[in-house]
Order: sequence, then C-alpha cells, then structure tokens
Amino acid sequence: MEPKLITLKVNGRTHQVALKPNVTLLRALRDLGYTDVKNGCEKGDCGACAVLLNGRAVNSCLVLAWQADGAEITTAAGLGTVDRPHPIQEALADSGGVQCGFCIPGIVVAAKALLDRNPNPTEEEIREAISGNLCRCTGYTLIVEGIQRAVQRVGEGGGQ
Amino acid sequence: MLPEFELLMPRTLPEALEMLAQRAPDVMPIAGGTNVIPDLRGGRYRPACLVNVAGLPELQGVRREDGVLVIGAGVTIAEVLEDPLVAQVAPVLREAARMLASPLVRNRATVAGNLANASPAADMAPPLLVLDAEVELASVEATRRVPLKDFFVHVRRTVRQPHELITAIRVPLPPETSRARFFKVALRKADAIAVVNGAVWVEMEDGVGSREYGVRSREYGVGSKEYGEGRCRAARIALGAVAPTPIRAYEAERALEGRTLTPEVIAEAARLAAEATRTIDDIRGSAAYRRVVTEVMVQRMLAEVGRME
Repeated sequence: MEPKLITLKVNGRTHQVALKPNVTLLRALRDLGYTDVKNGCEKGDCGACAVLLNGRAVNSCLVLAWQADGAEITTAAGLGTVDRPHPIQEALADSGGVQCGFCIPGIVVAAKALLDRNPNPTEEEIREAISGNLCRCTGYTLIVEGIQRAVQRVGEGGGQ
Repeated sequence: MLPEFELLMPRTLPEALEMLAQRAPDVMPIAGGTNVIPDLRGGRYRPACLVNVAGLPELQGVRREDGVLVIGAGVTIAEVLEDPLVAQVAPVLREAARMLASPLVRNRATVAGNLANASPAADMAPPLLVLDAEVELASVEATRRVPLKDFFVHVRRTVRQPHELITAIRVPLPPETSRARFFKVALRKADAIAVVNGAVWVEMEDGVGSREYGVRSREYGVGSKEYGEGRCRAARIALGAVAPTPIRAYEAERALEGRTLTPEVIAEAARLAAEATRTIDDIRGSAAYRRVVTEVMVQRMLAEVGRME
C-alpha cells in the first residue's frame, strides 16, 4: 500500500501531497491544516465534514483522497473568514444560530450549495438542504433563520 | 482509521473490468463510497483491493434507448433528482431519490450502488422493482441483464459475481396509462433508514382512467360510487425493510389485476401485501408495527394512484 502523489486544490491553493489509498479526504484536509472541516461521526451521518467538491456539497469522510485528485475543494474557511465573513456566516452569527459551533462549517457549506442553485429558497427547501447536518445545540430554528437572513441580504446586494 | 487496502484507479470501463477479473474474488468496486467506506471502517468487508469506478465515462448519464430508460451506473441520486427525463417518464424514481439519506449523501451515492449494497431498506429498490427494471452486469467475458426481482439473494447479497460490475439500470418506459407512488416511513423525515418503504404501480385499461374520468374521480374521491370504474390491467407492489431483501407482493398484485380499484379491492390487496412480509424486530421498529404500517401505506398509495390522472 504505497503512497501516491496527488493534487488537492483547496480554497484556491494547490497542494501536492503523498497519501496512502486509505486516507479519506477529511483526514487529508485536516492534516493540511484545514481544521474548519470537522470530524464528527466519520460515517456520513452528521455533515460536520461537509465540503464543496467541484461545486457539490459532500461528506469529506466518505470520499477517498485519491478520488479527489485534481478536484476543486472549498471549505467553510474558503468562503469567508472572521475578518471577511461570507454573508451566510455573518447572518448565522447575527441570528444566534451558532452555539457550540461544531456543526457550523458543514452547515455553511450545505447552505452555500443550496444558494448557488436556488438563490431564493423556501423554509422547507432550507430545512431539506441542511437535513444531512446534525446540530445538537439549537434545534435548528435559529440556524434556519440565519440562512433566511443571508438570503435576504444577498438579495439586497449585500454579498456575493 | 480505515483498514489497509490497495486502490486501483482505472480510466476506462474495459480497464476496470480487467482489474476486477484479475483481482477477484478479493476485490470490491467503489463509486460514491457512501456505503463502502462506513462498511470498511466498521469491518463488514476487508477486501485486499478496491477498484474506483467513480467517474468512469462509460457509466455516466441518463438516456432513452428503444423504449428503455437507461441509468448509467455512475449516475448519482442527486442526478436522478435533477434529471428532466426521469421526471417525465419515471417520476416515482424522483420521489424515492428525494427521500434517500441527505443531500450530502445524494451528491455521491449512486443508484447502482444503492442496489449493489443490497440493504433490505434500499430506497431505490421498491420503485425500480415496480418499474420492472433490469440490472446490467458486465465482466471481461460477457454482459448479462438480470431482472431486479432476481438480483437480490439475501441481506447484502446479490447475484453479482466479484469480477462483475453493474454498468447500468434499465427501466422499460412505463405505458401512458400507468401511475406509481413511493412511500417511506422512517424515524425522521430525512437522513434516516426506512422502517418500511415501498412502491405501488398500476396500469389502467385504455380509455378508462382517462383525463376526463380522472377529473371526475378526483372530485368524488375514494369510496364514492363513481370512483374507480377504470379497471386495473396490471399491478406491481414492492416493499422494503420487511424481509431479508426488497420484495414484490405478488399475491397482492394479482388481487388488483382485472379489477376495479374500489376501496374493498384496495383493502384486500393491502392485507395481502402485509401477509407477504417477513418482518423482524429491530432498533427501528417491531415486526408487528412493520406489518401494520405496510398494510396502511399500501392501502393509501393504491388509493392515491387510483385518483391520479
């Protein structure tokens, strides 16, 4: 089981890394320092490890790193930072949707994937879009409100 | 941490089939990985070798081919959900895709993988069973087609040999006068494994169940005198999570064929569907609960297809 040199394009940066075949994309990203990608259940139930893989939101724990060789990967930190937050991140914070925060990077990624395809979602569409993301603090109400607020702000020209 | 394995990365289907042939039986294909990776981690499988078939060009796309809807083995659940041809000719597949796991999983999981995994609760199995789908299996030696009703052997076991790969799911285009519905009962609305799932499909006789009649029957609803004058020519009922494999309820189907879908006929078919189950108690529900839910849901779905245009 030899390591192979693969290319991971993460948040606009290109990494060449030698990885064994049994390394998941989740582990590879965290080892590269992208610790905003959270390791929750590691079996695709919780969504904390969600990233955009070529524009689609996926659980990075269910992707082998070799399968992502050459792909474009975006993590929550690639969408925005504390200094320059993405409207989704800012609205989640403003709405009190962030409590312990562990699920939030995955929620941000799932919400971004939704808004990219559907800029004006209904509440039900928002709930469906984040149905693979478990939050154990909030009961989701404030998270859904946060995403609705982001939709409003983006609609008013408040962000990308 | 995942156990150690060798990972082969073919670029074409012939290359993949060659690799499977060389490494069989201790080899497993991996596409979306949404079942394979948790199963590797949990120790259900320990293959020496995986062959990555995600992205193989020959397995992509949904197309219509001589009266058949062909779903490439690389097509994801999300792609089924978004595909206009599926929405037009087999909307029941869309209904099931929408209920499968979560959007994050649907973006990776494939229809072929959902069948290959052979979970008794596989959400795509009942709708594909009622549409009389076939599974296309390829190897270096030959390509064969297996009716889906003969594909599942037992829990997590299918007729696929280790050197074979599912290359497509083939769905005969359903006749205009047919209608189908999917149902799923689970412990929550999304991201959950079915306690019971299933699908019903009926083909009505030509001329009745027409647009004009459909409007009238909807106005009067189930149980009215005018309801259900259209006779059912053929019916299929499939159920999941109620037996070691997804099953067809053949006796219930026979109770509908040639009959008018009156509430009495529907109730009898639903009773026979529940009788076809071999339910067990598990963490998600009791055997007795599953039988009751089966009967109720089959009854409701048949009443709905009876009302549809």
